[in-house]
Formats: sequence, C-alpha cells, structure tokens
Amino acid sequence: MGKTFTEKILGQKAGKNVSSGEVVTVSPDFILSHDNSAAIIKEFQKLGIAKVCNPQKIVIVLDHVVPAASETYALNHKIIREFVERQNIAHFFDIHNGICHQVFSEQGFAMPGKLVLGADSHTTSYGAFGAFSAGIGRSEVASLWATDEIWLRVPETLRIELDKRLSPGVSAKDVILKIIGDEGADRANYMAVEFAGDGASHFSLGSRLVLANMAAEMGAKNGYFAPEREVLAFLKSRARDTFEPVCSDPDAEYEDVLEYDLSLLEPQVACPHSVDNVRAVSEVLGTRFHQALIGTCTNGRLEDLEAAAEILRGKNVAAGVRALVIPASRLEYLKALKAGVLADLVEAGCLVLNPGCGPCLGAHQGILAPGEVALSTANRNFRGRMGSRDSEIYLASPATVAASVIEGKIADPRGFL
Amino acid sequence: MTASRVWKYGDNVNTDVIFPGKYTYSIFEPEEMARHALEDLDPDFAAKVQPGDVIVAGRNFGCGSSREQAAICLKYAGVRAVIAKSFARIFFRNAINQGLLVIQSKDAPENILNGEEISIDFSKGKIQGKKGVYEFPPLPPAVAGILEAGGLIPYTKKKLGKKLGEDLR
Repeated sequence: MGKTFTEKILGQKAGKNVSSGEVVTVSPDFILSHDNSAAIIKEFQKLGIAKVCNPQKIVIVLDHVVPAASETYALNHKIIREFVERQNIAHFFDIHNGICHQVFSEQGFAMPGKLVLGADSHTTSYGAFGAFSAGIGRSEVASLWATDEIWLRVPETLRIELDKRLSPGVSAKDVILKIIGDEGADRANYMAVEFAGDGASHFSLGSRLVLANMAAEMGAKNGYFAPEREVLAFLKSRARDTFEPVCSDPDAEYEDVLEYDLSLLEPQVACPHSVDNVRAVSEVLGTRFHQALIGTCTNGRLEDLEAAAEILRGKNVAAGVRALVIPASRLEYLKALKAGVLADLVEAGCLVLNPGCGPCLGAHQGILAPGEVALSTANRNFRGRMGSRDSEIYLASPATVAASVIEGKIADPRGFL
Repeated sequence: MTASRVWKYGDNVNTDVIFPGKYTYSIFEPEEMARHALEDLDPDFAAKVQPGDVIVAGRNFGCGSSREQAAICLKYAGVRAVIAKSFARIFFRNAINQGLLVIQSKDAPENILNGEEISIDFSKGKIQGKKGVYEFPPLPPAVAGILEAGGLIPYTKKKLGKKLGEDLR
C-alpha cells in the first residue's frame, strides 16, 4: 500500500515508516507566531531556561494589531522586540511587513516537503507549497522553542478532486466555500485535505493559498497541493533552504475521495454565523450590508485586489457602504500600487488600510456596531468576530464583494464582467 | 467522585464565542479571561458557573482559532471537564496542554440534559448520569502524561529537568 504525502513527510521527520493514526514525536523546520508571541514568551519564561533551543527555526511576524492600537498592544509588541533581540531571532518581521501567512510565504519559508507549525489556525496555508503545516497552541510553541520536539498524530487524508475549469467571475474562494458548505465545518477534523485533479493543478499560487488557508474551516489539520510549475518558479529566487517535493503515491489510502466539477460552480456566500452556512449567491441577492472588507490572509493578494478592481474600475461604492481594502503584505501592496489597482479602488471610494489582519478578528480598523452587517473576503464569520455579538458577517470572493459594494447589497459578480 | 452540574450546548461551539477575539491581545490574566468565558454564546455563563461544573456539547467543540485562551478561560471559570461528541483538534490539544479534562463521547451528549448532575470517574473512563452510565476510552499514555502533570508547561519543565517553581499553578 502506498503512502500519502502526510505519512511521507511525518515519516521522514520521525525517522521511520509511519501510517495514519500513529502518534509521532517530531521536530519542525519552522515555528511561526505573531502578536501572540508576547503570551508565548510568558509561558517560555516559566520553563526556567534562558535560551531558545534553535533561534533559526523561529519566525515571528507582527500582524494582528499593527500599528499598535493602544498602549496594551504597544507593550505587547515591545516585549516581543526585546525578546527577539535577546534570543538572536533573525527571522523577525515587524509591523510594516504584512499578515504572517503571506509574509512567511513570500519570504521563502514555505517550501515543499517541510514541516511547519504555527500558533495560528490558518497555518494550514503552506500546504499551497506542498508543505505539511498545521496550527498549534501557545503552550506548544513555548515548549517547542525550549525542546524542539512535539507529538503529532499522523492524520488520515481526505482527497478532493477538482475537475475542469472555473467560469469567469467564479474563483478559488467560491470553490472552498462550496466544499465547506457541502461537507460541514468538521468534515475534515483531525485530517489532512489533499486538493488534486486537473482543475487544482491549474490553480495559481494565490488560489492554492485560498484553499489551503480555508481547509482550517473544515477542521483540517493541514491542506495540501502537489507542488508544481508556478509554485516551484516562485520559490526559485526565495527558498530559504534546499527542498524535496513530496507527493502521495498513486495507491495511497484515503479516508474518502470527493469530486467537484469546477465548470458547474457559481459564486458562493457563507451566511452568518458559521462558515458552513453556505448559499449560492443567487439565493442571497439583495442582502443589505454596511461594511465590506477586501483583504485578509485568505484574499488580500494582488490577484484578489485585481479581481475587485476589474469590477470597481470607473464605478462608485454605493452610498451607505464603507469599503475597506487591506492588502495582505507590503509586497502585495506595492505590486497593487505599481499596477494602478489601488488607484482604481480608491477612485471608486474604497478606503485602503495598511497591510495586516485589520478588523478580521475584531481588534481594530473597522469594528462592527450592534445591528451592523459586514460582507468580507475573510475566512471566518463567527458571531461577534468583527465586533458586536449582535453584528453579522457574510463571506464571499473579492469579485462578489466588489460587485456588491457597487450595488450596496449582495450582487452576482458575473453581471459586472 | 463529586457531582458536577451540566451546562449543555449544541454543535460547533467556536473559539470566538468561547473567548472573543477582541480580548485576545488585551487580557492576559487567566482570572480575567474567565470573566468573559462563553460571553458571546451564553452571557449568563461566566457569572453563574460554579467550580466543578461541566460543559456538555455536540460536535466540533472549540472550532476556529488556535487561541489557547478558549481553554484557559473555561478552566479558570471553574469548568472541570468538557464532554463533547467531537472536538476541533487545536482546542483538544490546548485543553490538554492547560490541564482541562476533555472527554469524547457520542452517547453522553445525547442523553445528558442541561442542569443535570453527573459524576465523572476519569481513571475508570465512566460518566454517571441520571439516565445511565456512559463509558469513554482513555487518552494515549503520552497525552495522559501531559494532563497528569497539570498541563504542557509543567510537563516540559519536568522534562527539562527543572524543579517545578511556584509560578506554576
């Protein structure tokens, strides 16, 4: 019987032949954390040792509340900067760089075959590069800093075959929303999700990141695409290490195999208050909202901003709608700036904010009041996430959000192409 | 075995309703986290929960963010254990790493009612409820060791050969 990519990567790390269901002790290639590093430092200091085990493996990106929105956040950042200095942590990215998952990717830490663990649930993103990457908790990161070891259960793998091509106006976000809506928020709990098939192999790196990022919303431990063409070309100039692509064997054993015909898909919207409460856009047309958000680690790259600008160029944000645009990183921001994409969005009436997590987790930059409704390209719409517990969040693709911003109510982007 | 009062909830209780994101970088003390436990799901919970109480829920408890405060706030609110049909994997790890008992059971959540008094024997893997006894399997030894040590930080400290300090609760 063949092996899945996950069994192979974790087997390499454990130094033995492993199968799903086994518990292994492994040492990751990189350990990611963000603003929560201050809390992790506090846990690390309880361990009674002076130095981290391997500073080269630690990657810290400040992104959640940047720049600091209050004295508390400022102190948080200061504690992290001082620790980074004391511990000689070279891979530190201060507040001007962008969202950790985008920065980690563009800085070349996300590589095929590597094992990445991070104190953030969307650490699943690096499966877009063919890595095994999973979210863990703060105590675990503190413990990893000290011991460079962690236990992991080797997950079963759910394979999702994507066939044919998407129609115009339909994007990767619609694919993953459709899958989560069909399968439920816990379908892949404890599992690896492998996106495969001819449709998947034609996905851009940005689109792969959307699916791997949101695999977390179906409970997955990690998401994965076989690394090929664009991904390998992207890494050529920036990979931090040598790497060996790892792919599943043709006779690998899967928990299940699901099939989707991309050509049949229409734009999708996740309705309040769970990511698996998904409807086709045609079923929610006309839903009013107050604030739009185009950005986040899910959909804040040039490809996403371009999709929005295509629709908003020469048009206006509807009266009564606040349209926030937050590029995922400084580099994506710069690309969008040079391409004129941000000019188009600003001319239409959008408010462009600095790269970072923005209001996605409800800490700053556009908090919702009671009774307000948001339409966002983010990955999560839980009750109260962006502010008041009496607010609502709808999730959609950048194109759907852009079209809706023009109409002031949820609209089908295919009517704007 | 002492009796525990049950707080019953449904499926997909997510980390944002357990501990809202807006507090994640502004509240650092466990006791203060406890005052916001389940705030966006059940605003009465934090004020009324008693030490030793138990949460019983459906599928996918703790889905969403990796925030460990979701486990910390429940533990410091006095919650002795969470019994659910299934747990989101990061919450499951976080709970163990904070020394919070997590019990996976298909039967118990279907039969136990809100406000019911139950008793849990963790070593024997048994829950005694009004309508019957529900059994659950033991944790793998490596994982049980973390729980026995009171959480991952004391466990790691022990492993590093350090004596447990007073700063560990």
